[in-house]
Amino acid sequence: MIPELGLFSLILALPVALCTGVLSLLGAQRGRPAWIALARPGSVALAFLVGVAYLCLTWAFVQNDFSVLYVARQSSSSLPIVYRVAGVWGGHEGSLLLWLLMLTGWAALVRFYSRALPDGLRARVLGVLCLVAAGFLLFILLTSNPFLRLIPGAAEGRELNPMLQDPGLVIHPPLLYMGYVGFSVAYAFAVAALMSGQLDAAWARWSRPWTLAAWVFLTLGIAVGSWWAYYELGWGGWWFWDPVENASFMPWLAGTALIHSLTVTEKRGSFKNWTALLAVSTFSLSLLGTFLVRSGVLTSVHAFASDPARGVFILAFLVAVIGASLLLFVWRAPRMGLGGRFALVSRESLLLANNFLLVVATSAVLLGTLYPLIVDALDVGKISVGAPYFNAVFVPIMLPLLFLIGVGPFARWKQASAAEIARRLRWTLALAIVLPIPLYSFFEVELIGRRPLLNLSLMLALWIFLSAGRHFIQQVRATQGGGSFIAAALKQPLHFWGMHIAHVGVAVFVAGVAIVGAYEAEKSVKMAPGDTVGINHYRFRFLGVQSIEGPNYQALRGEMALLENDRVERRLFPEKRFYHRSAMPMTEAAIDAGLWRDVYVVLDEPIDRERPDDEWVVRIYVKPLVDWIWGGAFLMALGGLLALLDRRYRIRRRAPIQEIRV
Amino acid sequence: MNNRYLWIPVAFTLLVVLLAIGLTRDPREIPSPLIDKPAPEFTLPRLDNEQPFAPEDMAGHAWLLNVWASWCASCREEHPLLVDLARQNLLPIVGLNYKEVRGDLSLDAAKLTPEAEKREAAARANLWLAARGDPYTLSVLDLDGKVGIDYGVYGVPETYLIDKDGIIRFKHIGPITPKVLKDKLLPRIAQLKR
Repeated sequence: MIPELGLFSLILALPVALCTGVLSLLGAQRGRPAWIALARPGSVALAFLVGVAYLCLTWAFVQNDFSVLYVARQSSSSLPIVYRVAGVWGGHEGSLLLWLLMLTGWAALVRFYSRALPDGLRARVLGVLCLVAAGFLLFILLTSNPFLRLIPGAAEGRELNPMLQDPGLVIHPPLLYMGYVGFSVAYAFAVAALMSGQLDAAWARWSRPWTLAAWVFLTLGIAVGSWWAYYELGWGGWWFWDPVENASFMPWLAGTALIHSLTVTEKRGSFKNWTALLAVSTFSLSLLGTFLVRSGVLTSVHAFASDPARGVFILAFLVAVIGASLLLFVWRAPRMGLGGRFALVSRESLLLANNFLLVVATSAVLLGTLYPLIVDALDVGKISVGAPYFNAVFVPIMLPLLFLIGVGPFARWKQASAAEIARRLRWTLALAIVLPIPLYSFFEVELIGRRPLLNLSLMLALWIFLSAGRHFIQQVRATQGGGSFIAAALKQPLHFWGMHIAHVGVAVFVAGVAIVGAYEAEKSVKMAPGDTVGINHYRFRFLGVQSIEGPNYQALRGEMALLENDRVERRLFPEKRFYHRSAMPMTEAAIDAGLWRDVYVVLDEPIDRERPDDEWVVRIYVKPLVDWIWGGAFLMALGGLLALLDRRYRIRRRAPIQEIRV
Repeated sequence: MNNRYLWIPVAFTLLVVLLAIGLTRDPREIPSPLIDKPAPEFTLPRLDNEQPFAPEDMAGHAWLLNVWASWCASCREEHPLLVDLARQNLLPIVGLNYKEVRGDLSLDAAKLTPEAEKREAAARANLWLAARGDPYTLSVLDLDGKVGIDYGVYGVPETYLIDKDGIIRFKHIGPITPKVLKDKLLPRIAQLKR
């Protein structure tokens, strides 16, 4: 009964989404207040109906209703409750429903936090979001209904893939989808502005906090996903450049460009067309990512019976959404003014360079992701594109960008003097070049100059850090007056804090990537209980393997002591888990995480299967600064959050001017 | 119309065409490195009489090695075609029953002893063949899937065409459809028999 209620609610949501979408767009175009007024209740009703459907599916999971096909496939009664709730988004149908829930949730948020917006613009934004939601509703109802019944019902479910039974599943997809889908708001604002012809600074100011919010979620989502892969897959890697990762990384890159170009449009009124195109592209890349992941065009880990209808539908949907908005752009963009002019050296030109590099990087990732498809489509063979390509192409594009991060804040709007910037930053640059030198003796592995990329990355990380600090101090001093430095620093606007924290996050990230790439140590050794092995200055003693019992698995749990001066410093417990309902054993790495290094231990295979309490092949990694990678991403997200909370976006009251423009 | 943004929809159209072509392709269709290489050796017990079987027993004949399991839904799809093919007596078909117990997610293989697993696998496999017809000259049981790994089994079903010298000449991933049979398999069989 409850699953039918969910399905009914979804079916009902479709006409609501269509009517609200079409009528509010038409109403705004023709200036009909009655139709425009429909946008607000319509979007809330849509979110409510989708929310009900979502709760119904969750209920079916919690109640172990195995007469629902999706539940029977994804869950089982021995599954811990938290994974039953999270299991809703563990498969195709449920993750689409989560996508839709987020989309309508964002629309409802826009409805409640847009009182300052002119009615017409708001109706357009909500209308666009409702139409996108209608497309997804159709997709779910026609090809991916999560409420399909299994008759007769199964006695027991097949259980969630053990790989997904992890706290990572609970937080990663919701964060990622919040980000992915959040860009729909920026997209809707851009489309609405293109429709109304009101592509101006006010538009940029309205869409900026929404874009930042989506970007913050996507940053966190990608970081959590990378961290999840790091500890769950047991390979010790943190990024694999696989198509699914790239699918989330491309909107991130484009979104990063977008939040920077929105600044220019807001402050100076320039880059208007470019910003609108970026907003459309960012969400388009989110949709493209969904297509690549969900259609099985690139890789399919699922059974042979994957449904080609899904791929066809998403492609048609892509064509409708992206194609229509691009045509709208091509039609409208030439009529928009150019906005404020700027000199060759200026904040604008540096941000333009930032945008250029980020877009080139996005295209490089897109090309690498689609290349296997291109080769296959041209019938010249089958290839796969892996990390070597991406590293070779992506890294050189990023290096100049990293350098620009240090320069950008020092450049004035409109016109800046290169000589002036150089004069201010010369000592900072010198320091950034000299300071890494003592670091090399600290790691005692490589001499200076042997690893140009490592050296360059470290210098750039320091450069970003030092110049951000320099700019911060300079700015605070300028407003300090007679008061204390700290008081003046605290009075700085939040967007200023946000910018520097995010940039320092980039520096932290780059340092982590460079150091772990150059200095990580790995050993794969055969160890009997009592054996000791050394890596760098760490020593490990293997204490043997015991059998333990989990809620829905049995595990062999190894014990490894990390020794310092023959004293046991830490104990690590890597596991090999055998889930009752799965044939494949799962490897659970044990990680001792720290600010300066991670120690990462994996139980590989017993030498003799019959005697798991004896010798094992054990893999041990020592990874210096690896946590800086996620720490840096977290700082970036924190910076974005601060910027988004800046006072100037808290416009509560309605601006008195705008009326509906046609 | 002179619009400098016109290249954008053009580029997008190209992308869509590419994606549309991509949809018609199967990313799993990977050329096997085993083509034109000797079939990997193995010795496995036969399903009917537990006698050992090895690929060299087939020396001098072209034969098909078909990977199947009773839990595999797509095997059900291709099975009638195999039965038909067997009736034509073109060549012997050997079934490689792949992870009969362990591959079935609804069974808990870890709790079974090796003997119990073997009994269970044989019972399930025989039941399936009795119900749907047995196209196989003989079937062997690959309980732990190790032979499957040697052959690069990627998903079940898969079919290998092996010539009289024991060289793999063709591999098909996924169920054999009438089209695959007619366009790919039968011509190659005819060629080998010439």
